[in-house]
Amino acid sequence: MIRRYVSLAVAGILILFSTGASAEDAARLEAAKKEGKVVWYTSLVLPSAEKVAKLFETAYPGIKVEVHRTGSQRILQRVMQETQASLKIVDVIHTSDAGHFVLLKQKKLIAQYTPAGVEKFPAGFKDKDGYYFGLRATVNAIFYNTKAVSAADAPKSWKDLLDPKWKGKMVTAHPGYSGVIATHVLALEHLFGWDYFKQLAQNNVMIVQSANDPPTTVASGERVVAVNGGEYSAYKLKKKGNPIEIVYPKEGVPLVVSPTAIATAAPHPNAARLFTDFTFSRECQQVMADSEGLYTGHPDVKYPADKPKLSELKLLSVDAEELEKRNEEIKKRFVELFGA
Amino acid sequence: MIGRLEGFDRSLPVWIATALALVALMALPLAWLGVMSVSGEGGGATFAHYRDAFRDVALQKALWNTLVLAFWVGVSSIAVGAPLAWLTARTNVPGKGLIRMLVLASFVTPPFLGAFAWVMLAGPNAGFINTLWRQVTGAAGPLFDIFTMPGLVFVVTAYTFPYVYIMLANTLALIASDLEDAAAIHGAGRLIVALTVTLPLVAPAVVSGFILAVLQALALFGSPAILALPAGFHTITTQVWSFFQFPPKIELAAAVSVPLLLATALLLLVQKRLLGRRGYASVGGKGGVRRTIPLGVWRYPALGAVLGVMTCAIFLPYAVLAKAAFSKAWAQPLSWDNLTLANVSFTLFEYSSTKDAIVNTLELGVVTATVGAVMVALLAYVTNRKLVIGHQVLAFLALAPVVIPGVVLAVALFIAYTRPPFVLYGTLAILFIAYLTKEMPVGYAQSDATFKGIPADLEEAGRILGAGRLRILRDVTAPLARSGIIAAWCFIFIGVIRELSASIILFTPNTKVMSVVMFDLKEEGQFGAIAVLGLVMLGLTFAIVSIVQAALGRDVLGVKD
Repeated sequence: MIRRYVSLAVAGILILFSTGASAEDAARLEAAKKEGKVVWYTSLVLPSAEKVAKLFETAYPGIKVEVHRTGSQRILQRVMQETQASLKIVDVIHTSDAGHFVLLKQKKLIAQYTPAGVEKFPAGFKDKDGYYFGLRATVNAIFYNTKAVSAADAPKSWKDLLDPKWKGKMVTAHPGYSGVIATHVLALEHLFGWDYFKQLAQNNVMIVQSANDPPTTVASGERVVAVNGGEYSAYKLKKKGNPIEIVYPKEGVPLVVSPTAIATAAPHPNAARLFTDFTFSRECQQVMADSEGLYTGHPDVKYPADKPKLSELKLLSVDAEELEKRNEEIKKRFVELFGA
Repeated sequence: MIGRLEGFDRSLPVWIATALALVALMALPLAWLGVMSVSGEGGGATFAHYRDAFRDVALQKALWNTLVLAFWVGVSSIAVGAPLAWLTARTNVPGKGLIRMLVLASFVTPPFLGAFAWVMLAGPNAGFINTLWRQVTGAAGPLFDIFTMPGLVFVVTAYTFPYVYIMLANTLALIASDLEDAAAIHGAGRLIVALTVTLPLVAPAVVSGFILAVLQALALFGSPAILALPAGFHTITTQVWSFFQFPPKIELAAAVSVPLLLATALLLLVQKRLLGRRGYASVGGKGGVRRTIPLGVWRYPALGAVLGVMTCAIFLPYAVLAKAAFSKAWAQPLSWDNLTLANVSFTLFEYSSTKDAIVNTLELGVVTATVGAVMVALLAYVTNRKLVIGHQVLAFLALAPVVIPGVVLAVALFIAYTRPPFVLYGTLAILFIAYLTKEMPVGYAQSDATFKGIPADLEEAGRILGAGRLRILRDVTAPLARSGIIAAWCFIFIGVIRELSASIILFTPNTKVMSVVMFDLKEEGQFGAIAVLGLVMLGLTFAIVSIVQAALGRDVLGVKD
């Protein structure tokens, strides 16, 4: 515990030194402190989100981060409802559905802002017009409960999940809630068509909402195989000693890059920029990789040795514009096939 | 009756203001709901939304599921609540105080929290009961799968039967024993007496209890969201809620809400028709002796049965919540390894929504209960003393929200208050209005009963001595009605704390309440944090209700020994 706080303090001091260099930065810091807080709508799993918030608050005392964590689709719903009622609440928007950002950009609800240091990030993490940038990434994978399923019996591919022997034993998250899952469904639809999901639904799959929940459901033993879900959540559960194992299917794993952007109507714009810069700093990105099991676009970040590198995986990418166009179709088809 | 003797009663503006407030509270949102349900894309009226709504196969299924759920919850709430009420009101069953406390505990437990607890108890694979069942019997399948319609009915009943209980226990306490004695003298056995005399006497209360339970089940959002959605089926409430997802289909939500509203109104009309024709002088009369019926050898078995019910509604759910709150992995056995305070410290100290949600919830609870209690007291006073012309209309208006399911109310309020002239969305005010409207009928019914019991003679004495109507209200009537009003306060407060179905649509990030936070956590699968928050919520509710009860010197459920 103490060691953690010491390391946080050290990180904070380092950041203070590196960002407090110019007069411009000092003015911004002053303005941000006057604003006093930053409101963050985020789909990052709650404990991780609160951890990032605490890191920032330690680095910049006097500026509070208000974390509002929910599913990607719920975040979009909130932003749109609040825009319609002319409410200005949110500063920083972060979801796992890249399509959202295409839409938000079109509707001019997010502002152009290039966080410090992102020029070194790979192209897949950057909007060409400079509105949004990938804060973190994860992949969808298959998870199974090691107490209930042996490694030999475990499904190895997405197609293996169609085997009737898994009937009533699997769990899926919902694309109507989670951006990770919306991305997943689109990627697999490219690969196999809707027919794949039609057959999958025959297997009586339990439906949860968040992409973090299939791993917890499998870890608890309520279902023994998860047909999708955020790999970072499963990795964290595994590290904590839960009976869960991750399978990276041979057909490839859907890559989910989760963008972040600053709201045009942000009530705390300076704090929003300061916070955004902070989340892209190597320190913060390294924490996400170390303890949260995430991938990032930062070239200097080191990953735990027991985690495959992104370059070792066969990645299935989806195009943000296509995701935006097909988001509604994805939700609708899913509900039709799975019932809710 | 008394007011007409005067030229001008200075209290008149107060009554008129109350009446107008009541009308405004409901008229504006409901008018918007109607307008929105027929508004076409480029302006102009259309019935397209209604057509879409009723052609939609998914919606038809959801509607059917809702009806099935509501009906069976009504039936089983009677089956559980009625014998319980009879036992505590009329028999010598031991531990009456304990039983009433447990009923109260079930009453303050939000159904969504109960549903969440039962996921851990009777999830088909990881649920404790099913794990135990497999270990003991070696069976392959589960004993009971909570993610099914019977599972949903079971859980909802566990937290709905108190409505039936309250209604019946109060009625039973009013029935004098003479009629029963007459039957007994003519040679009827205890069972025959109960079936042929007592039962018909309480039949109106049974029907009312059934309808109240049906209305509760119809309007419920949280439990179906937790138990039905994972199994791939919707109810109307979850379906309406899903229309708010982006891109929103508010018009469709409105078009589904209007028939739902009409259906519940119809249900109440039927109730009135059924009960309206009969006279029940024997129930309301003063005097008359109420004798306790001895249960004989059945005393302890009866208590055992009651405790069995409470095991399902209270003991098991609370135990599993406590376990989840203090363990690293809820499904793993309780061992030193699995024990942790991390959930508690995370929820209370690190999770930034917790504090705001607790503050918002308590603030809304206290404010709504206080404003509501004053309002229903005034209303009940006016209608009982027949102070203004059209007091029947006031009574009707106060009871009318009973027909508005929380989700429907929320849709109406959302439409009404996200646009000029009143932009209340984003403030606690919109939640306050929702809660006040929703709890008005329960509070009014309680107050109405209170004022019915206060004779007008004392007030008349005050009038003769020259005191004004408001002064009498303060110095004479209010002290007499005190305990009844405080009970109304408690009902409203509890109703606000456990509210989810309207809140889930009306909240914004800076107006989150505890129920919404817990629902968010549920969707993410953060079991430990919900368990902690749920226990905090129950602790707070119980503490406040106990304080009020102590101040009141009697049971909030209104049952006297």
